[in-house]
Amino acid sequence: MTDIVDERVDPVNMPGDVVLEARDLRVWYATDRGPVRAVDGVSFELHEGEILGLVGESGCGKSTLGRGLIGLLPEGSARDGELRFRGTDMLTLKPREQHAMRGRDLGMIFQEPLTRLNPLMRISEHFAETLKTHDKSISKAEIERRSLDVLRVMGIPPTRFHAYPHEFSGGMRQRLMIALTLVLRPPFVVADEPTTALDVLVEAQIIRILHDLRANYRTALLLITHNLGIIAEACDRVAVMYAGEIVEIGDAREVFSRPKHPYTRELLRSTISLRTTGLNFIEGAPPDLVEPPPGCHFHPRCPDAMKVCATRHPVEREHAGGSRAQCWAADFKDGLAADVPESERAPLNREEISVADEA
Amino acid sequence: MSSGSGSLSRYIAIRILLVIPMMWVLLTLVFFLLRVAPGDPVSAAFGGKLSEDALDVRRHNLGIDRPLIVQYLEYLGQVAHFDFGKTISDNRPVLDLVRDNGGATLTLTLGAFLFAIVVGLPLGRLAGRYRDSWGDIVIRIFGVLTYAAPIFWVGIMLVLLVVKLFPSWPTSGMASPITIFTVQPKTHILLLDAIFSGDGTAISDVLKHHVLPCFTLGLLLSGVIIRLVRVNVIQAMKGDYVEAARARGISERAVVRRHAFRNALVAVVTVIGLQVAATLAGAILTERTFNWPGLGTQLVKYILARDYIAVQGLVTFFALIVVLTSVTVDIINGLIDPRVRY
Ligand SMILES: Nc1ncnc2c1ncn2[C@@H]1O[C@H](COP(=O)(O)OP(=O)(O)OP(=O)(O)O)[C@@H](O)[C@H]1O
Ligand code: SF4
Ligand SMILES: [Mg+2]
Repeated sequence: MTDIVDERVDPVNMPGDVVLEARDLRVWYATDRGPVRAVDGVSFELHEGEILGLVGESGCGKSTLGRGLIGLLPEGSARDGELRFRGTDMLTLKPREQHAMRGRDLGMIFQEPLTRLNPLMRISEHFAETLKTHDKSISKAEIERRSLDVLRVMGIPPTRFHAYPHEFSGGMRQRLMIALTLVLRPPFVVADEPTTALDVLVEAQIIRILHDLRANYRTALLLITHNLGIIAEACDRVAVMYAGEIVEIGDAREVFSRPKHPYTRELLRSTISLRTTGLNFIEGAPPDLVEPPPGCHFHPRCPDAMKVCATRHPVEREHAGGSRAQCWAADFKDGLAADVPESERAPLNREEISVADEA
Repeated sequence: MSSGSGSLSRYIAIRILLVIPMMWVLLTLVFFLLRVAPGDPVSAAFGGKLSEDALDVRRHNLGIDRPLIVQYLEYLGQVAHFDFGKTISDNRPVLDLVRDNGGATLTLTLGAFLFAIVVGLPLGRLAGRYRDSWGDIVIRIFGVLTYAAPIFWVGIMLVLLVVKLFPSWPTSGMASPITIFTVQPKTHILLLDAIFSGDGTAISDVLKHHVLPCFTLGLLLSGVIIRLVRVNVIQAMKGDYVEAARARGISERAVVRRHAFRNALVAVVTVIGLQVAATLAGAILTERTFNWPGLGTQLVKYILARDYIAVQGLVTFFALIVVLTSVTVDIINGLIDPRVRY
């Protein structure tokens, strides 16, 4: 009764269980111009000890999805759909119950480690506050034992336990933030661009730490990043997001070697690698999420766009190799979507694109 | 106890040492500002009554016909020995003046501060936390009104109201004559003296006299504090660490208290310290309104008499209070905020 964490099923003995499952999840922000559909019908699941990478251009809704999953959304936003944590739909819970799950069941690691710790509180006070919030009767000795345990894993010496945040470097503060998240042992953690603000060496270190989480804690991790290299290195699966939707999701190696969706392909081509000679980029910018284009949201920018793309939204389907993608071109290539007539499969010409753009 | 305690004591020592240059700048400013203002004490006291030659003789006796720089250096030398001279118009040592009337101003301003903080901190915090709610709007209107209302007017309105509702409640002076007569002056702070005398009626009499003036002056200050706390709480609630705390499931109450409010206080303490100067100005007006026997009343009297030495001494004393508060504020900030260290 006293220890919330030990009450739960030991995850190590039940590998591979689904921890989190989203079905047609939507998140809106209310604005003067109308609702911003920042997450627009997203479905996926995440298993124990699995790392799912989330990529996509700036503004396509990655952070919104991450925050939406743990219910950390600003005022004036709304969630809809289904979001199951170990089978319970969190969206049907009372706000109090949702709040209680944060930290204990759902953790979050942020992008800016420098500003995420309260400058007036010692590291030890941060840990004590966090642990006490979820276990009122926890003893001082227990707080210290558990905090130092996780700090040791993060490579922070116990002598620094009572120091203030400003006495640490950026990389150390990110490790502190990770420790502060993990001390509660949440089965699911969102890491929103955890290394963007750090230098390359520290980045590699943090990524290794996150990668090791699955072995140490069996944590299910959603890793949001702009860096495809990180995904290739650390993730089991990858989800590609565009204009509020997951357009392709699958095994990381499969998606990277045989992308099904033209957006994934273009995204891969536009990253710098040792072999690239010129820098590719995707023409145009992601659409306005108040009024996304009809049909496939990507059609105004897609080099493969067909007539059908401008009018009918593609359906998510499983493709050869096991990836799931929503794209007409990918469907036709794999002999799916036989109901679309041949005439609709003709390339979309530029005039029609601009007309559709204005519509 | 603190890992940074070594640097904290160093920080405090530096703050205290800084009092000397700050006071020097203030002394210099006061000295020269008074001298450039038109009129001098002799013509203010005897102008029209004595011949121009007789006036010059008096000026010479006072030493105020010598070059400014000589007078200035002489003054600095005196101040270094804590000698602030004697008033020109009634030949009292300035230090006696401060001793006899300082206590009244002290208890008035402290009482006002206490009231303002007790009212302002919780109201400001409430308004900041429940931003744009009905409560916030009411509190904000209260804050603006109390800040904008002229102190004279508030004081007079209060007096009229109190006289009507509670005719026996004191509205003028710091104590009834009988209390002043019976209480032994030991500390020259009437409230303390009354407490030391152990005389219940005297204590309650002095306290009752404090209520209206402290309330009037405190009201003005509380408006400032409310607005300040509100803005800073709102600002702090947007902080990244506040969101991170929420992400760890910390309750909203604890988020406001431990994270937002504490960080808001850092800015609030600084500005409250700056308010001391404004409060002293307000105290002068309050003293006039309630016939309060404090330094403000004395200051007005000596300004009218163009009494350089008295005004100089009193203003220096006020300046000393402002400087000491600012040092205290820096030290408090150093204690709250571990980043503030040299
Ligand atoms: N609080 C908000 N109110 C209104 N609109 C918002 C809000 N936060 C985000 N948005 C909008 O929602 C969309 C998705 O934003 P989000 O931050 O989730 O994108 P992102 O993929 O994380 O981008 P980045 O890579 O730049 O972090 C954007 O169009 C953004 O303008
Ligand atoms: S559905 Fe059509 S427009 Fe959309 S990505 Fe596939 S080919 Fe391109
Ligand atoms: Mg983001």
